[in-house]
Amino acid sequence: MQENKQLLRFITAGSVDDGKSTLIGRLLYDSKSIFEDQLKSVQNTSKKNGIHAINLAFFTDGLRDEREQGITIDVAYRYFLTPKRKFIIADTPGHVEFTRNMITGASTANVIIVLIDARYGVVEQTKRHSFIASLLSIPHIIVCVNKMDLVDYSEDVFNRIINDYEAFSSKLLVKDIRFIPISALNGDNVVNRSKNIAWYQEAPLLHTLETMHISSDFNKVDARFPVQTLLRTQNETHEDHIKYAGQIASGIFRVDDEVTILPSKITSKIKSIDVFGKQITEAHAPMSIAISLQDHIDINRGEMIVRTNNQPKVSLNIEVLLCWLHNNKAIPNAKYTIRHTTNEQKAVIEEVIYKIDIHSLKRHTENKTLHMNDITKVKIRTDKPLIIDSYRKNKTTGSIILIDTITNETVAAGMII
Amino acid sequence: MSKYFLNYLDELESEAIFILRECFEQFSNPVILFSGGKDSIVVSHLAKKAFYPSPIPFSLVHIDTGHNFPETIQFRDDIIKALGVRLLIGSVQKSIDIGHVKEEKGKNATRNILQTTTLLNLIDENKIDCAIGGARRDEEKARAKERVFSHRDKAGQWDPKNQRPELWNIYNGKHYEKEHFRVFPISNWTEMDVWNYIKRENMTIPSLYYAHEREVIWRQGAWIPNSKHIIIEDHEAVVTKNIRFRTLGDITITGGIESEADTLEKIIAEVSAIRQTERGSRSDDKRSESAMEDRKRKGYF
Repeated sequence: MQENKQLLRFITAGSVDDGKSTLIGRLLYDSKSIFEDQLKSVQNTSKKNGIHAINLAFFTDGLRDEREQGITIDVAYRYFLTPKRKFIIADTPGHVEFTRNMITGASTANVIIVLIDARYGVVEQTKRHSFIASLLSIPHIIVCVNKMDLVDYSEDVFNRIINDYEAFSSKLLVKDIRFIPISALNGDNVVNRSKNIAWYQEAPLLHTLETMHISSDFNKVDARFPVQTLLRTQNETHEDHIKYAGQIASGIFRVDDEVTILPSKITSKIKSIDVFGKQITEAHAPMSIAISLQDHIDINRGEMIVRTNNQPKVSLNIEVLLCWLHNNKAIPNAKYTIRHTTNEQKAVIEEVIYKIDIHSLKRHTENKTLHMNDITKVKIRTDKPLIIDSYRKNKTTGSIILIDTITNETVAAGMII
Repeated sequence: MSKYFLNYLDELESEAIFILRECFEQFSNPVILFSGGKDSIVVSHLAKKAFYPSPIPFSLVHIDTGHNFPETIQFRDDIIKALGVRLLIGSVQKSIDIGHVKEEKGKNATRNILQTTTLLNLIDENKIDCAIGGARRDEEKARAKERVFSHRDKAGQWDPKNQRPELWNIYNGKHYEKEHFRVFPISNWTEMDVWNYIKRENMTIPSLYYAHEREVIWRQGAWIPNSKHIIIEDHEAVVTKNIRFRTLGDITITGGIESEADTLEKIIAEVSAIRQTERGSRSDDKRSESAMEDRKRKGYF
């Protein structure tokens, strides 16, 4: 029954109090993914907080401080299954200071749900989050105009918000944007079609999520295999065999494919592909496999096996759209550890080219200090070459993180241009 | 549908194997926390696949509360032999004997909370820098908040407000000496995924998960197994029921459910129809609204 079900990962975004947690609570509740004891516990907490109806947000606010302060501090992951698909939800915080957590949730998402409060329309956070979605190449945006009950389910209000959003989103690179009028609190158009919004003829949110075409979201063209670890085995004659284990980043590999190992540029042929001892003739992203080659070649973690006739760039210099994620601002000319696929090097931010004003989406070139939540275009130089594609083409071989060499913390996330 | 996509169970498996291989590469002494429950059994199985045909490069760690189901210990010893891995045991009884922890008194006493100290001592003594666990985000609301690579400070504590951002599949396990990571390869799996996977992979699991006759006592809304470790009060009756367990922990706190499910097919059918959470019959989670969070902050698994 589960055999051919696909996994869809989505995140919710929007301002504080736009009802993200309530929407997720509603999705879980109406799709019957809430258990009785969870319901009872939420009823009790709601009562304790003086709320008579069930506060759906309590289903997702898992930390004590979140329940007490009524806000979402960190990403929470939720899971549910319908007869059509399996879903992973990243419930991300709306507070400005937690944007880094939104980016965390957004990096793996197929779909972003941007919530807009019908009473206030498009606000700065709407633009900020939509822009981040575009930056992270999330292929689909669903704009949910929430709290329609508070504007008398007005079609005019909904249309006005669509117009405002479209005026702003023409600058985004996301091609698939849909709009759904909902009330998460009352359950209008979330799982069930709303009787109050008869003028809206399209599908409710859940049905949209269940039927959206996502198979084309993955790169099946560029065969990239970052070597993660080496598996050494010996046969009866104690001859060493080395298999290169890892997860295919993109594309398809077949036995007998001509491959090139980067950065050394040595070529060979794929001798075998196996998944846990079982030999297969072809494998595709995102499978975790082990490859053996026809020739004995010294290959290490962080190097990449690619098809000879389709190669990525090998470079010490990269241009990156960088999101600064940490309280400590970036230090000019300091060395950071850069992580790219399974490769790790030292790197310096050589130049900040411009900073993006999230509000106007304009580029600023005056102030070049990187603070938390800043999004900038930078030039990075690494000690040893990276094997790269552009992020637009390939999320796995186009993404990097920077790690502070002193604190060990992840301080920035970047998308290679 | 296109030929080149994975169904969700294959995708989850591939993700978990990638994470296990990262543990091997990023840490100097990773171990698998093995409770004998289905989740840690699945993680061990995934580790076998991740490094096949090489042996699993991690030791297994069992924190022995001394209040175990005998079936769990038997299963543990069998699987160690089958996998050919080393077993490290942390003994809660020993921690009590040397005065590192103090046993709770009274009817609802449990050794569950005491495990934290034993675990942290074992991590410290063995210079473990990565403890791989079978925790899943769908189990409990505090666990839903945790990263796949979850940082622990020198005292073994988790700070939910200061977690490293985790992007794409780039995991950052860098740490100072004495700090360690908890890594959860099956974070994104649900109880149903685990059962479907066990069935698909034709895995052996402890008999406790299958319905069987057992002496039990009705307490706090669950059937608690009769054992020498619990105090039975006069008004409580020991009865024999057809029972199975959805989770396995300390025998004193693990509540069973009445069930006829004695095959994997029946278990899957039962779990998909059930209206109570998996941990609903665990009394350790019922102590307060934030019981799990509070334990986790201190270093609990």
